[in-house]
Amino acid sequence: MENFTPVSAFIGGVTIGTAASLLLLLNGRICGVSGIFGGLLHFKKGESLWRFSFVAGLLSGGVLLLIYHPASVAISIPYSGTTVMLAGLLVGIGTRMGSGCTSGHGICGVSRLAPRSLVATAVFLTCGSLTAIVVNQILEGRV
Amino acid sequence: MISHLVIFFSGLLFAVGLGVSQMTQPQKVTGFLNFVDNWDPSLAFVMVGATGIYFVTHQFILRRPAPFLGERFQLPTRREIDRQLILGSALFGIGWGMVGFCPGPALASMVTGNESVLIFVLSMGVGMYAFEVLDVRFSMEPDGGAGILPRDPKTKSS
Repeated sequence: MENFTPVSAFIGGVTIGTAASLLLLLNGRICGVSGIFGGLLHFKKGESLWRFSFVAGLLSGGVLLLIYHPASVAISIPYSGTTVMLAGLLVGIGTRMGSGCTSGHGICGVSRLAPRSLVATAVFLTCGSLTAIVVNQILEGRV
Repeated sequence: MISHLVIFFSGLLFAVGLGVSQMTQPQKVTGFLNFVDNWDPSLAFVMVGATGIYFVTHQFILRRPAPFLGERFQLPTRREIDRQLILGSALFGIGWGMVGFCPGPALASMVTGNESVLIFVLSMGVGMYAFEVLDVRFSMEPDGGAGILPRDPKTKSS
């Protein structure tokens, strides 16, 4: 467990929860990134601008990280482009079919004790764990 | 205008939280999911921090008649645990466990220009779009898609 960073993880988590609370308090929406981004893929009057604002904020936050905390976004992915592409496709299809991802179901839905989100979170954590174990232990990361 | 600035700030704060907790690092995520080898429990602490705050705040916020900058709260109302919730979450989990990316961190770290991140976000967009197209097609079939796919896009939660 030498990579364990409980303090920064907790502080970051509180920050994420605060950002999601802010969106609910001001805009009355659930902070689900897959839904917000997915809704941007086709224009709908009154639905696109706030989504665009949120995604622009996410990207700008990424720029802040790049400047002030570059280690957090120094990303190296040891897998092939095909694997990354397949993972992206599955995440795209899955989050729309299942109506949410780690933010909408995992944070907002679980906090609200919404039954659909509790089930969804249990399912994606289980499938995510099984997949990560197969990829890294059995296939030894050579995918 | 002010509302969009605040929504922008919410997205920005969200990304900062992801960075502080290092959830922008895919290996922090796979290090949690792959718990049989040198387990990194950090992701659980992120979830505790985030759900802990939201659990408290949402109860106070929802006592208000409306959000500050909108007419009403728009919360998911569906209750049914159906096949597409399970199947969709399973597919998402597999994609998430493969590389360690979910939509938020992938979008936030897109600005690094990292090739893998760009491939991921692009194919995620294609996957979302493909599902939307299929969704419409199935919904127009006489049996309404036999309930496999959502018929009312407004009820999608997130």
